[in-house]
Amino acid sequence: MQAVLDFFVNILSTPAILVGLLALLGLALQGKPIEDIVSGTIKTIVGFLVLNAGSAFLQSGSLNAFGEVFNYAFNMQGVVPNNEAVVSMALNDFGQASALIMCVGMILNIVLARFSRMPYIFLTGHHTLYMACMLAVVLSIGGLEGWTLYVAGGCLLGLIMVLSPAYCQPTFRKVTRSNDIAFGHFGGIGYAFAGWIGHFFKGGKSTEDVNFPKRLIFLRDTTVSISITMMVIFIIVTGVAVGRGILAEDPTQFSYLNELLNVGTETKTNWLVWSFTSGMSFAGGVYIILSGVRLIVGEIVPAFKGIAEKLVPGAKPAIDCPVCFPYAPNAVIIGFLVSFVAGVVGLIILTLIDASLFPVALILPGVVPHFFCGATAGVFGNAEGGLKGCIAGAFAHGLLITFLPAICMPVFTNLGFTSATFSDADFSWLGIVFGNLAQAVPGWPLFAICVVCFLLPIIYNVVAPKPKAKE
Amino acid sequence: MQVRKIMCACGSGLGSSLMVEMNIQDVLKKMGVEGVEVVHSTTSDVHPGAADLFVVGRDLADFIKDVDKDEIIVLQNIVDKGELEEKLRAKLEA
Repeated sequence: MQAVLDFFVNILSTPAILVGLLALLGLALQGKPIEDIVSGTIKTIVGFLVLNAGSAFLQSGSLNAFGEVFNYAFNMQGVVPNNEAVVSMALNDFGQASALIMCVGMILNIVLARFSRMPYIFLTGHHTLYMACMLAVVLSIGGLEGWTLYVAGGCLLGLIMVLSPAYCQPTFRKVTRSNDIAFGHFGGIGYAFAGWIGHFFKGGKSTEDVNFPKRLIFLRDTTVSISITMMVIFIIVTGVAVGRGILAEDPTQFSYLNELLNVGTETKTNWLVWSFTSGMSFAGGVYIILSGVRLIVGEIVPAFKGIAEKLVPGAKPAIDCPVCFPYAPNAVIIGFLVSFVAGVVGLIILTLIDASLFPVALILPGVVPHFFCGATAGVFGNAEGGLKGCIAGAFAHGLLITFLPAICMPVFTNLGFTSATFSDADFSWLGIVFGNLAQAVPGWPLFAICVVCFLLPIIYNVVAPKPKAKE
Repeated sequence: MQVRKIMCACGSGLGSSLMVEMNIQDVLKKMGVEGVEVVHSTTSDVHPGAADLFVVGRDLADFIKDVDKDEIIVLQNIVDKGELEEKLRAKLEA
């Protein structure tokens, strides 16, 4: 009997199988034929295993070495803002909690869509997974574990899944000129901020009235853009380290630099070549992780959408950020460039703070967050305030996604995530607020706060007077 | 044309391409078409032969130029099912 029980406990504590069961549940609830259920479940499980493989490769091929080289070169911590990197590491320890929080969160999203005044169904599945993982990490700092962790995390996840589209909707409506779809991407507070900054420039001419070269759009391919940035960053950092004499150092003081220092290898590797391959290995690792995430999300999201549509008639689907790109292609490019420049400016400011005031983590400008989030901020800024709004909004946003992760970083450093962090704004603000709450009021008070946060929009809907019908 | 496999693509192959995939499945169902595999991925994975038909938003049209023009559907609005159905019909029933 005990053996059977252990077997089931073991199944439920194996994250890959757990997400598989989640997909199985979703597919079965939709009444899919048995062959679809089998293939969907298997693909989800394989997806999770692929994600683990990508994570291992990302760390062994690139990220671990990067941390050591950066530390040697600058004597401080350099952080790459990349969701995939940090999530894949965190899933090693928090896989089970993440999967269950994701499940509870999606159910509570449907509850909130039905019973609050934010009728949004959040369909950007990879962000749901990343956010579940972030909440698992943050809330576990506050001593929550087991079902309290799943419920508290699920409450917050369900809340942010409607709250983020809600604060984007006023501007997103102006982007799409309709109110039928909503915007679901956990950079939400950054875009709302960009839109708010943009509205000070109301009435200017739109980005789409100017001629702007479109060739930079190739950076939208994540493999290409990650390769380029990480190569450049690796070359700069390794170059400085080589200049300071890293090649002559005793290799035993490093754990991950055998290849660079030619320990136990037949052929000598030039540091430049090493920088190229390490930079591209980062992109390769993210590519593998994304393939895994695609397999997981590809089964779960359609099931979620199908169920949600049945339970909440009239719900608005909240969709991933590129949905707004075709509305303002110029704002996409301008937003990216300006946001990236702001990221560099932010890095310089962080360096100055680190040197003169107190130690902070240096958030390196990553092309992926600046592209996707910066571009979206540009589109939001443009919708409110034209070209000037686009530039101002994207710049403010670029600073925001550099400073917020820096403020959030101590929360993660405690748990050993030192060289990568979440990039997008919603992850950061939730991480900051609940990371600090978790340390200030651990245990049951933290649990209670999470549940109350979830209930507030529903209570508001019941208690507050109904607004007069407009729209 | 004979279409057995449709691939939707976007920048990282996670969010908007999956939305389009779900819409295509709805539209195919409405049209009564069966036996077509629909997948989504990044634009890096779009090659001639990877599928019989490729669907992207207009902002990504330049990314998949190496595919035969007849095998591409470019959507002006990636969430508009009406536009999708019209263009799918034109391809499938041609």
